Amino acid sequence: MEKIEVEICMGTTCFIMGGESMQELASILQRKYQDKVNTKGIVCHGLCNTDCQYSKAPYVKVAGDVISEATVDKVLSAVNKKLGEEA
Amino acid sequence: MSTNDNQIKHLKREILVRITEAFLSGDFEENARKIPYAMRPKGCEVDLRCCVHKERAVIRDRIVAGLGYPIEKDDECTLLSTYAKGAAEREKPDEEILTVLQGACKGCVPSTVYVTDLCQGCVARPCKTTCRFGAISIINGKSHIDSSKCKNCGMCINACPYSAIAKIIVPCESVCPVDAIKKDESGHARIDFSKCISCGKCISACPFGAIHEKSQIVDVLSRIKEGKNVVAMIAPAIAGQFPYPVSKVRTALLKIGFKDVLEVAQGADVTTLTEAADFKERMNEGQSFMTTSCCAAYNELVKKHLPEIKPFVSETGTPMYYTAEIAKKRDPDCITVFISPCSSKRKEALDNPNVDYVINFEELGSILVAMKIEVNNLEDSEFETKSSKEGRNFPLSGGVAEAVKSALQYQGENIEVMPCVINGLNKQSIRELKNFAKNGKCPNGNLVEVMSCEGGCIGGNSALIAQRKAQKQITDYANEGGPVVKDSIEQK
Repeated sequence: MEKIEVEICMGTTCFIMGGESMQELASILQRKYQDKVNTKGIVCHGLCNTDCQYSKAPYVKVAGDVISEATVDKVLSAVNKKLGEEA
Repeated sequence: MSTNDNQIKHLKREILVRITEAFLSGDFEENARKIPYAMRPKGCEVDLRCCVHKERAVIRDRIVAGLGYPIEKDDECTLLSTYAKGAAEREKPDEEILTVLQGACKGCVPSTVYVTDLCQGCVARPCKTTCRFGAISIINGKSHIDSSKCKNCGMCINACPYSAIAKIIVPCESVCPVDAIKKDESGHARIDFSKCISCGKCISACPFGAIHEKSQIVDVLSRIKEGKNVVAMIAPAIAGQFPYPVSKVRTALLKIGFKDVLEVAQGADVTTLTEAADFKERMNEGQSFMTTSCCAAYNELVKKHLPEIKPFVSETGTPMYYTAEIAKKRDPDCITVFISPCSSKRKEALDNPNVDYVINFEELGSILVAMKIEVNNLEDSEFETKSSKEGRNFPLSGGVAEAVKSALQYQGENIEVMPCVINGLNKQSIRELKNFAKNGKCPNGNLVEVMSCEGGCIGGNSALIAQRKAQKQITDYANEGGPVVKDSIEQK
């Protein structure tokens, strides 16, 4: 089974707008899904720099799909959905 | 951290970003006026309040606070553009550092103890026998609390074997360690500034985000725009606040337009040595204990509520005090801006002519977002003066006492330092401090370190990173510093 790629933005905007719980996202994913998920931090998805789109930050990509105003819950359910599709 | 808190933080930060953007836009007044409409445009979904108009009204109030004005004095018809103009032009920031947004305050149900439907009407009736005020009677086989007799002590809650008695809490009132926030006649929260110690606990506690610090970002941005020599003084807590090294954060500050950046840990080194000398003198004179003096909220507490402990409080200045002194000595005309996670430092700054402005980490972050500064992509930059390991550990609970202890050890002093750490001000710890003062001694040590926030400065209300992570980052950064010894400071 192919791993699901989760890209977490470590850029300034996503970091500031993301709040504390987002910082735990990588370790939560790791704990919950272990080798089913491949988590990586990237500097910027380039989504926040268009007109006022920082208000929708933080952004996380799950298998290429953009999640805006990401929360831990939103990302987990997106990952669950992907896993369900693949199962 | 719940999603709810994150939503409030997201909202508050977005407003600060938009204020900064409006300021940078060239037409500050007009663009500030439009913020509520840009955030809640015609026909948008309304997810937080009853309707779009209420949301815009609350956002407007948040902007008023973001521009540094008190909501308490707002007449509701002054235009945001008028406030924006005033903020950019004013000479001094407003007094009192906090403001309550009446429009955002829910006017929570007053704190009461009441019996829920879970009451089984048991035969033992421990609630009734426990109540010392005779407030509980049995009506229709179930317990009933007479609110005119109830003192909210909560004894019955603990006594009930069914957990059937609940206490409604007013979050801001319950966290305030000095009873400075109370409901007014209309049921909305109001701060009594004669009691308030500016600790900022109410800011984090309110789930409606109704309490704001009055921001000074516009003042700072204006001075930068005027081309003044604006110097950033970064609190040592900053090492734990970004997922980037301090050397990059320093470059980011220069990019914002600060002419220089000083580590307040540099001033913390002066605090450590002065406090160590003070401690030594007091112990030699036979005093039984001394308390630290670097927490601004604690200093306010002493002034307003605990004058009896004053003789035991060190006379030493805070790290901010010494750092600002260093900056002003170099250039008396420079504008000093203290950057920290702390609300009470704003109060300290107002009383210190050497500190011109204070912005918090949330505000700094918002400026970075508005200026699209990608901190991670910046070059490193070095501080002119390197601070010590001890100075950099100041923002952690226990760090100050440890620094004083180390300094005395380095100096080869033969004085036993027994730290007693007060990790967070609350009613209980304030009672303890009162007892220390009353008895003239502290049973748990001779150097009492007091920090208003749990965990130390990293628990401040505008902290960006979860405490555990912040603590690790600070410790790592501190370990790069040398020991706090007099020679190293004098060389500087």
